Amino acid sequence: MSRRFTPKVVTANLLREGDVVYLTADDVWSPHHHAAELIEDEAHAQMRLLHAAAQKLLVVGAYLADAKPGVQGPEPVHFREDFRTRGPSNYNHGKQADYAS
Amino acid sequence: MYSYSDFDEAFVRARVAQFTNQVERRLDGSLSEEEFRPLRLMNGLYLQLHAYMLRVAIPYGSLNPGQMRQLAHIADVWDKGYGHFTTRQNIQFNWPKLPDVPAILQALADVEMHAIQTSGNCVRNVTADHFAGAAADEIADPRPYAELLRQWSTDHPEFQFLPRKFKIAITGAPNDRAVTRAHDIGLRMVRNAAGAPGFEVMVGGGLGRTPMIGVTVRDFLPEADLLPYVEAVLSVYNTLGRRDNKYKARIKITVHETGAEEITRMIEARFNELRPLFGGNDQKLLAEIREAFAPPAFRNAPVDAYDAFYAADPAFRAWADTNLTQHRHAQYAIVTISLKAHGETPGDASSAQMRLMADLAEKYGHSDLRISHEQNVILPHVHKSDLPTLHAALSQAGLGTANVGLLSDIIACPGMDYCALATARSIPVAQELATHFDALKLEHDIGPLKIKISGCINACGHHHVGHIGILGLDRAGVENYQITLGGDGTETAVIGDKTGPGFAYDEITPAIERILRQYLTVREDRSETFLQAYRRLGLGPFKAALYGEEAGKDAA
Repeated sequence: MSRRFTPKVVTANLLREGDVVYLTADDVWSPHHHAAELIEDEAHAQMRLLHAAAQKLLVVGAYLADAKPGVQGPEPVHFREDFRTRGPSNYNHGKQADYAS
Repeated sequence: MYSYSDFDEAFVRARVAQFTNQVERRLDGSLSEEEFRPLRLMNGLYLQLHAYMLRVAIPYGSLNPGQMRQLAHIADVWDKGYGHFTTRQNIQFNWPKLPDVPAILQALADVEMHAIQTSGNCVRNVTADHFAGAAADEIADPRPYAELLRQWSTDHPEFQFLPRKFKIAITGAPNDRAVTRAHDIGLRMVRNAAGAPGFEVMVGGGLGRTPMIGVTVRDFLPEADLLPYVEAVLSVYNTLGRRDNKYKARIKITVHETGAEEITRMIEARFNELRPLFGGNDQKLLAEIREAFAPPAFRNAPVDAYDAFYAADPAFRAWADTNLTQHRHAQYAIVTISLKAHGETPGDASSAQMRLMADLAEKYGHSDLRISHEQNVILPHVHKSDLPTLHAALSQAGLGTANVGLLSDIIACPGMDYCALATARSIPVAQELATHFDALKLEHDIGPLKIKISGCINACGHHHVGHIGILGLDRAGVENYQITLGGDGTETAVIGDKTGPGFAYDEITPAIERILRQYLTVREDRSETFLQAYRRLGLGPFKAALYGEEAGKDAA
């Protein structure tokens, strides 16, 4: 029996700024995890990753990160990805400051 | 201190121009990331969790006030107004943007600094005793040797593609404050029977995945043989070191796999080949370098003001007791400025604090600043009469914390708050420990204690040699902290013992408290430090405190 595919999002860092970004369904790089396309099919995930990796002038180090559906959109599964959505815990820097609502 | 020669200046400027061009070509697509990555790493530029990070070398931890001010300027203009001093005596900027990096490197070059060889499989920044040139126990100032090694290793064509990174540490005193036994090459100055200074050479120390204490390959190396001998070590390593497996590529594995005796023989054989090729120019250069490190013109003045203040002011006294170290000149003291205010990030300084420290160094410290591997800043030469004023100025800027050598003087790597390699956070663990024990008012009672925290197995936080070491791991998707006890990073270096199963993020501070309450119960008296008590009693009582009586019996 094949293992069930864990849903994924495509994430990377912006080449110029270094900021964490997520690939949306309409091919935009968003700073918000919940805006990402939640990919539930392995083959599609590989296609989206290839698409991301080809954008060499925009992003660096694209990879697939585990995610789960949430109220507002995809949510991270692992704490590392959770930290990447916010920024460091010792200062109010990064996304938690840049996109504070 | 040393000033760049025309050669140094031209080399650093040429590298800035080169890297500026490489950044341009990356941004216009002429270079792919695969091509660019090794180039940016050669210039200290990493891509981390949230942003780029630029690691700037501070050779042997020495800075002048102008350089410190420039670091503050860089922090303000291109970063977020602060910098992080590391366990390798470097500074890291956590938020630079790629298009700005050439300008930052240019600004560094303006004050004779750079980020070259702060990454990659080359000889990294040579680290040294942060009390160099000031310590009362010193045989000779290690900085001239460190500078000689810096010049020799910079862009050395034979050693640009080593099997793995290579770290050299040097101390001029028999008391090792530079953790030399945990370096690829550790150099500890000693005297031979005739009283001549030389080095004990240790090879193959290192922390990380496979922690090892260095093996002494030479009990006494005459100082004139330093370069050919170090070159012989590198040469043997370059030939034997494993390039097939990243985890077995450090020289500690080479030493282990080859055997101490055989590798010593090979080093000596290579040394005998290389020695005649060094015709004495290295010694001429060393003599010139040594002049640059001549001691400052020490002031002769009364120290009554210091004595009076010490007797009268308890806050000053507490600070003097923990943050001052004996200077070789009786009227002077070595000041350690704590970058460990309770609840702050270990090793971080704001641009305003950097500027203040630069000003104070200029005014009271013969324009000399040091960065310690313990992530503090040192003013190595302060006349005792200036200490009360200095302390007042530091206190106003949040730099007067009296905790050096105590529990809250914690080493912590950036961990998963910044580092892409980390498996757990370290900074908030350090913050929590410091504030928790400060609230309990226990740290002075506990006395000398070194807690060191790493956020992954690579051990940048030196946890293996902490009296209490904490290693953050990812256990099934949850942060988990493993404790080691009894580590020691000095001349009596020991790798700490693992206590057993790790603790969750919210369990680690209570766990450390159980260990320390046990220590307070079992110590013979206040004069027996935690490390001494641990050495006397072993793991047993501490394991019992951590996991219950049964576990303690198993360990005994």
